[in-house]
Amino acid sequence: MRPSDPIIDIRGVYKRFGTVEVLKGVDLAVAPRELVFLIGPSGAGKSTLLRCCNRLEEPDDGSIWFDGVELLSDKTDINAMRRRIGMVFQSFNLYPHMTALGNVTLALRRVLRKPRDEAEAMGLAALRRVGLAEKSKSYPSELSGGQQQRVAIARALVLEPKMVLFDEPTSALDPELVGSVLAVMRDLRESGMTMLVVSHEMRFAREAADRIVFMDHGTILEQGPPEQIFTAATHERTRAFMAEVVR
Amino acid sequence: MEAIVQQFFNVEIMAKALPLVLTGLWTTLLICIVVVPIGLVGGVLVATASLSPRATLRRMVKLLADIFRALPPLVLLIMVYSGLPFAGIRLPPLAAVSIAFFLNNSAYYGEIFRAGIESVPPGQWEAAHSTGLSATQTFLWVVLPQGVRNVLPDLVSNTIEVVKLTSLASVVSMPEMLYSADMARSLTFNASPIVLAAAIYLALLWPAVRFVSRLEHTVSR
Amino acid sequence: MEHFLDTFFKPAIMASTWPAIAKGMLVTIEIAILVVITGLALGLFLALLRTLRYRLLDLLIILFVDFFRALPPLVAVLLIYFGLPNIGINLPSFAVLWLVLSLVLAAFAEEIFWAGILSVRRGQWEAARSTGLGAGQTLAFVVLPQAIRLAVPPLTNRTIAIIKNTALGSVIGVPEIINNATTAVSFLGNATPLVMGALAYLILFAPIIAFGAWIERRFAWRRS
Repeated sequence: MRPSDPIIDIRGVYKRFGTVEVLKGVDLAVAPRELVFLIGPSGAGKSTLLRCCNRLEEPDDGSIWFDGVELLSDKTDINAMRRRIGMVFQSFNLYPHMTALGNVTLALRRVLRKPRDEAEAMGLAALRRVGLAEKSKSYPSELSGGQQQRVAIARALVLEPKMVLFDEPTSALDPELVGSVLAVMRDLRESGMTMLVVSHEMRFAREAADRIVFMDHGTILEQGPPEQIFTAATHERTRAFMAEVVR
Repeated sequence: MEAIVQQFFNVEIMAKALPLVLTGLWTTLLICIVVVPIGLVGGVLVATASLSPRATLRRMVKLLADIFRALPPLVLLIMVYSGLPFAGIRLPPLAAVSIAFFLNNSAYYGEIFRAGIESVPPGQWEAAHSTGLSATQTFLWVVLPQGVRNVLPDLVSNTIEVVKLTSLASVVSMPEMLYSADMARSLTFNASPIVLAAAIYLALLWPAVRFVSRLEHTVSR
Repeated sequence: MEHFLDTFFKPAIMASTWPAIAKGMLVTIEIAILVVITGLALGLFLALLRTLRYRLLDLLIILFVDFFRALPPLVAVLLIYFGLPNIGINLPSFAVLWLVLSLVLAAFAEEIFWAGILSVRRGQWEAARSTGLGAGQTLAFVVLPQAIRLAVPPLTNRTIAIIKNTALGSVIGVPEIINNATTAVSFLGNATPLVMGALAYLILFAPIIAFGAWIERRFAWRRS
């Protein structure tokens, strides 16, 4: 794989739920260090596309190449691949019966089989990176929504993934807590992480995204740098959506 | 294998035992018809009493209910049937069974109804009172129906237990289904009549068990 | 009144029969402990088998569970106790009682554990799998710890209800409490042993019920 090859290359992905076709032949490539924002109306298929990237949804057709490996092949060890793709969920999904440190180090200890001390050191470093080192012994129920989501980000980061998928990371947060999570995402971008983000945070998209991808009804209608999408979109529907969404 | 079929699934013997077992089934159903309603009514009374503002009533009812839930039903039954005659009270089996089961079931149903009543939001009481309904009317027409719906799986589940409990009446020689089947067993030295009775119990209760299972899996969200 | 006390609370008889009652209590405790261990273990095992999602296995487990939930335990006890010897298997009455009650507890426990596993939100599975944990690891470290805590309240209630069925052993001659009590009653012509038997059950079960309540308080989670 050459340095300029995309980290993830989605080609011709189809996905059906029952009789409804949610993804209709989507092509998307994300280059290393890129922050790509996926936007569009509900039901456009953005989350589904994201979840196909780590096979939480199984595409019905198409291929997804990640870091030189065809993810959808039967021969692929999906568990091994998932260590290299991090995911952050809208509802955080922290393990309630473990502390923040426990949440972050579970995969380190059980999947990578790191000894406890090493795992805890790495875990603390990840928590420090998201600004929550002092909360390592707290349980999720003792943390605010924003703190929980940051722990979730640390949980994804500690495995040193090649890219991180964000599925509406701030949609379940109270407005005043959104900023803390976006700050972490900004930091992550600065440090060169490749990120694919589904979100409604338009201001963040405008200032931080390298590319914005507009999806509607299961296909990518338009994509380009933020300035283009925000001010000079070529498609009617893109312009209509942006007008709705931008205050 | 042959021997197993011969001993447990002997169709000939089952056919011969069938009339006796069916007569027993009648008695089983009779016991159910008596015991379930009085248990339900007793349960509502116990639940109401345990929510009473009067502390002594609450505590007494709680104590009695705890005792009757802690005592195995068979023990209660034996005490009523074999113990009371020593006090000069000789009860026919159905009466003994009814009393023992009433005491046990009221305690269990009472617990279930109490949880159901408590699960109805206080706002319901307030709304009903504010439209002029009395306490009793509110209870009967607003609270109890909602409470019952909330604990329906537990109510059905407990009722299944009550039907199963009727088999204990065989221990005090009441000619219900298990007693009849066991008698057929001792006459034929073959366990097939009991298998027959088991099959009838299953036919009776399996749909209810399936129903409760389905409710349990959907309600628990 | 005198007569009443004499019939039901005669001190002399209390003194002479209490060893038998105490022995009965030991037997009851023994069976109860064995039933709880094997019943819960089997129930959990069956629930875990269901996570494999093999349809045939699922069906078999459901049939087993429905069977023992619908059948009165006494029927199973008599069936096995009287039937097995005629095909050459001689189990002591203690073993028959243990076997039936374990299977009944396993059936109820499987349902409760399975409901607990199903209750764990899908997001937990997804989060764990997305960090590379395998299905088995996710079950062991993320889902089961939560499922078991959710299962505790219904499980404690159901377990206590089932071990009260040890009294059924009296019907097939297990020397537990009520059996010893009724033997003494017919031997002595006095109802005092019956009262002692009832008291023995209360003494035995009051702490068990309190213990169950403690376990609930300590380990249970309620669905929020």
